[in-house]
Amino acid sequence: MTSATLRHAGWILRGNPLTAVAAAGVVLLALVGIFGPWIAPYDPIVSNVSQALSPPSAAHIAGTDQLGRDVFSRLIVATRLDLAIAVSAVGISFALGAVIGAICGYAGGRLDRAVGRFVDVLMAFPLFVLAMAMVAALGNRVENIVIATAIINLPFYIRFARAEVNVRRNLGWVEAARACGDSHISVVLRFLLPNVLPAMAVQMSLNLGWAILNAAGLSFIGLGVKPPTPEWGIMVAEGARFISTGKWWLVAFPGLALMLAVLCFNLLGDGIRDILDPRMRT
Amino acid sequence: MAGGMAAFGVTMARAGKRFLSSLPVLLGVLVFTFLLMRVLPGDPAVFFASGPNAGKEEIEVIRKQMGLDKPVPEQLMLYLYDVGRGNLGRSMTTGQPVTTDLRARLPASLELTFAALLIALVSAVPLGVLAALRPGSIIDHGVRLFCALGVCVPTFVSGLLLIYVFYYLLGVAPDPTGRVDIFASLPPSRTGFLLIDFLLAGDIDGWWAAFRQLILPALSMALFVIAPLARITRASMLVSLGSDFIRTARSVGLPWWRVVVTYALRNAILPVITITGIVFSTMLGANVLVEKVFSWPGVASYALDALLSSDYAPVQGFVLLMASVFVIVNLVVDVLYGIADPRVTVG
Amino acid sequence: MIHSLLTLNDLHVTFSTRRGLVEAVRGVSLSLGEGEMLGLVGESGSGKSVTGFAITGLLDAAGRITAGSIQFRGRDITKMSGSDARNLHGAAMAMIFQNPRAALNPIRAVGEQIADAILAHKRMSRDEARAEALKLLRAVQIREPEKRMAAYPHELSGGMCQRVMIAMAISCNPALLIADEPTTGLDVTTQKVVMDLLAGISAERGMATILITHDLGLAARYCRRVVVMEQGRLVEEAEPRTLFHAPQHAYTKRLVAASPTASSRIADLVTDEESGRSVAIKVAPRPPPAPGTPPLLEVHKLAKRFDLGAAAVADFSMMIRAGESVGLVGESGSGKTTTSRMICRLIDPSEGEISFEGQAIGHIPARDFHRSPFRKDIQIVFQDPNDSLNPRFTAFDCIAHPLLRLGGMRAGTALRQRVEQCADRVGLAVELLTRFPHQLSGGQKARVGIARAIACRPRLLVLDEPTAALDVSVQAVVLQLLDRLRREDDLAFLFVSHDLNVVRMMCDRTIVLRNGRIVEQGASRAMFDNPQTDYTRELVEAVPHIETIFAAAVN
Repeated sequence: MTSATLRHAGWILRGNPLTAVAAAGVVLLALVGIFGPWIAPYDPIVSNVSQALSPPSAAHIAGTDQLGRDVFSRLIVATRLDLAIAVSAVGISFALGAVIGAICGYAGGRLDRAVGRFVDVLMAFPLFVLAMAMVAALGNRVENIVIATAIINLPFYIRFARAEVNVRRNLGWVEAARACGDSHISVVLRFLLPNVLPAMAVQMSLNLGWAILNAAGLSFIGLGVKPPTPEWGIMVAEGARFISTGKWWLVAFPGLALMLAVLCFNLLGDGIRDILDPRMRT
Repeated sequence: MAGGMAAFGVTMARAGKRFLSSLPVLLGVLVFTFLLMRVLPGDPAVFFASGPNAGKEEIEVIRKQMGLDKPVPEQLMLYLYDVGRGNLGRSMTTGQPVTTDLRARLPASLELTFAALLIALVSAVPLGVLAALRPGSIIDHGVRLFCALGVCVPTFVSGLLLIYVFYYLLGVAPDPTGRVDIFASLPPSRTGFLLIDFLLAGDIDGWWAAFRQLILPALSMALFVIAPLARITRASMLVSLGSDFIRTARSVGLPWWRVVVTYALRNAILPVITITGIVFSTMLGANVLVEKVFSWPGVASYALDALLSSDYAPVQGFVLLMASVFVIVNLVVDVLYGIADPRVTVG
Repeated sequence: MIHSLLTLNDLHVTFSTRRGLVEAVRGVSLSLGEGEMLGLVGESGSGKSVTGFAITGLLDAAGRITAGSIQFRGRDITKMSGSDARNLHGAAMAMIFQNPRAALNPIRAVGEQIADAILAHKRMSRDEARAEALKLLRAVQIREPEKRMAAYPHELSGGMCQRVMIAMAISCNPALLIADEPTTGLDVTTQKVVMDLLAGISAERGMATILITHDLGLAARYCRRVVVMEQGRLVEEAEPRTLFHAPQHAYTKRLVAASPTASSRIADLVTDEESGRSVAIKVAPRPPPAPGTPPLLEVHKLAKRFDLGAAAVADFSMMIRAGESVGLVGESGSGKTTTSRMICRLIDPSEGEISFEGQAIGHIPARDFHRSPFRKDIQIVFQDPNDSLNPRFTAFDCIAHPLLRLGGMRAGTALRQRVEQCADRVGLAVELLTRFPHQLSGGQKARVGIARAIACRPRLLVLDEPTAALDVSVQAVVLQLLDRLRREDDLAFLFVSHDLNVVRMMCDRTIVLRNGRIVEQGASRAMFDNPQTDYTRELVEAVPHIETIFAAAVN
């Protein structure tokens, strides 16, 4: 990151306030994720039955749940778990996918076809169903949610990196690198990957949102995270029982948290694309 | 219409080729499921036994029954043989063969998914086109905002909020459980799709009741996929409108609607067809969530109930079924694409 | 003066862009008579295409006519209502474009597209329109027109697509046809056929035509009158002969000098006052190499087959002596790029031998050639300057890269000095070294690519269409630079090109390639003046030679 890049980022953020807001949102999410347990006004686990199911008020701004726990505190504490699952899953698939995809896209041939087949098989499953099956097979635990989410993301990264490398592998500057004495491996690692990573970073940011929804979906149907652990998906699942009696806040606030988190990552992804595209720099 | 016949022949040849080429993928799906369900977890016999408290003898019997004492490749062959015969095991929850259960429940899931897809397509494509025709206008900004928000709301949250608004607050929607009112009489089952069966039986009241039950779950599933569909429609319409052949069409003075519909939209719809296949996959996944929220008696809620009570045969059957449905959908999408785009060749 | 069909009066066109308003056309006035063929010549950014789009009402949303008028048959079409204008477009005036394949709807049969154009202006049934379309396909001399009616653009060659475009354009008998670079991107031989057809149809139908092109020779060959544009202004208007022999405006002089002709020499390309510091160093002619020295490069029966299908290159043998310049010409698909990549050892040949200074190098897999001591001796300059530089490298990084890898240098003052020296040799200002490729012009990028290739003092330089993507005036400077470098370093060139005039000037010997096989080879000038094979003759004749045009006019 040179100072020119930073200056460019600053210029982009000024010209694109939405990205700035999204970036601020992501920073805020990270802070809440780190310091959540200390800033939550109430204990997220201890129940207080006398206060059960009270609507939003000054004392409990997001209301309380069926055990009288403060919904707002639970939302704050849940941030860390939700982010950790999404970030680690996307990180794993990003690292693996970029390298595998870049090598396949550059080398082509038998390896490429074999990996292509594997990706085809993974993509032949509806991905959420695949994640569900994997959690069931590996065991109903949080780490397995991470692994399952990483695996269902993997095909996208492989395909993306593969395609991006493939269109570039016959460009003049790639051939020039070889004429200048670089080996194939060096061309892939030092030339092609750095050129492909910005586009993949955008993909990663967009995928983080998707991974959050996915993990929340899995815990909504009762996989992975177990109550009373606060987690956004589980909170919606617990609140679902009370929706037809009008206890909207149990669903709406965790839903809002999910929505805002995903929105921030998506908007940031679009913004990063503008920042990293050097052609927009003047 | 010799040309038409030839084109039909090409399409069928293409469909056949594509089907053959999807066979390895289907085989891969079977092997992957086999590995997932039988090799990964500790002891598959315990896994497939009647419950966590099964006795030692029972597990031994199951092990024999399943051929788990044989080497893995042989087990795989046995497994493929079973699947080929349509034997997916027995559900301990319902006591029925899994195949029977799935067959009874699949129409409910498909009806919901297709209804949602229909809603999504008829709203997303016009929205995308309108936005692309006037880039930068209020409609465009509105559509883009809707798209940005639409992909952020989880299906299960939007489903629950729809229930809150239309059932609890407004009272216009029926009790959000199941496909029909518990006391309603079902039409004779011909297709399994209630909307069609009611029509065939001439029962308009029944049709209306089933429609009212269907609309909220279908809507919450559609909401999640309208955004990607509209987004891709808008983007490909913009590309199409900016391309050289549109300039040509304008240069020869074609009427506006012909430029937009015959030239721009027909080209722009190609990526939408492709993305519809992917969207369908998302929807099959979202089925699990929506069926849970609306207690919809489909295959997904069946598999989910089984999964939560550690009854694995139905889960495995469900995963296989979903992958097969998706492979078939991809086949259809591919054939449609081949019809829409003459550049695609048989090879 | 014949009655004027079209009159532009002080036309201004402005585009609103990210960086504010940009005036693309700044006061163009010209007039065109009925049935006249006018050449509108200029380099990229001269505003020639924008002028064409302004006339046909095809400016994109960001462009606007800000001043002036366009009189067509006495009516100002800039003030016309939408429906009137639409009736005019396609019926009274039509346009054909560069890249004809992209200009046709990819998923609609070409017969239907022509019928669409007819139905836009005439009341008739679809079947009648189809019959009319068939007649038009005959008129543009498409073979088996009945079969082609149902064809899609991807099933036709580029030249065929352009004929279909012409058929669409003339479908309603327009009085004015604007042809925007109609043959750019087509092979030379196809180029001639399409242009002859276009000129024939225009003459036959009495259709006034504006030929927009960057190629002065092409305009001179087909037009009675040529106007030259530069930076949105009309700088000169004359008959072709006057333009070539007595250009008035400084820019026209430069352009005429830079356009290679059959007799031009490297030194003539850039006028003296323009050449500045990059003036060719007058070096004494090279002494003939001592007898018995092995040639620098020797290629014997080289062949390349890709996975499927016929051989891309077969039975290719040649040799290059030290300091010699050899041209490799051929149309698209002739295998010239594949051959150059094999010789540069970037891909492996399927058969054959390559030896460099008497040592066999063909057997070393391309995968391992980066470790060969000959890697730094064989270097390459690529075609498109836009994608020959790593977008994440500065100009400095690009030039330093081979020095670090092959020259055994380390980052530091010595490297900096060496890079600056290389930049200086190719005429690249040192302050440009910190820039990224997207901040450089096409000519500057080409210079960086050349500096990178010569940084390690190679013996053989493979040049793959090094100027194909450049404007003629930039091409002239780059060619002159290359020639100078060759003389200074006693470099050998393998010059791959489709442009015969350039090859004739740059190369001692030339090899003509067709469908992967050598058709003819020999000393450049002798071969082009007196080709031995039909194919070479066809190639030579397809190039617009200004001298022969004028000779014909005199006769």
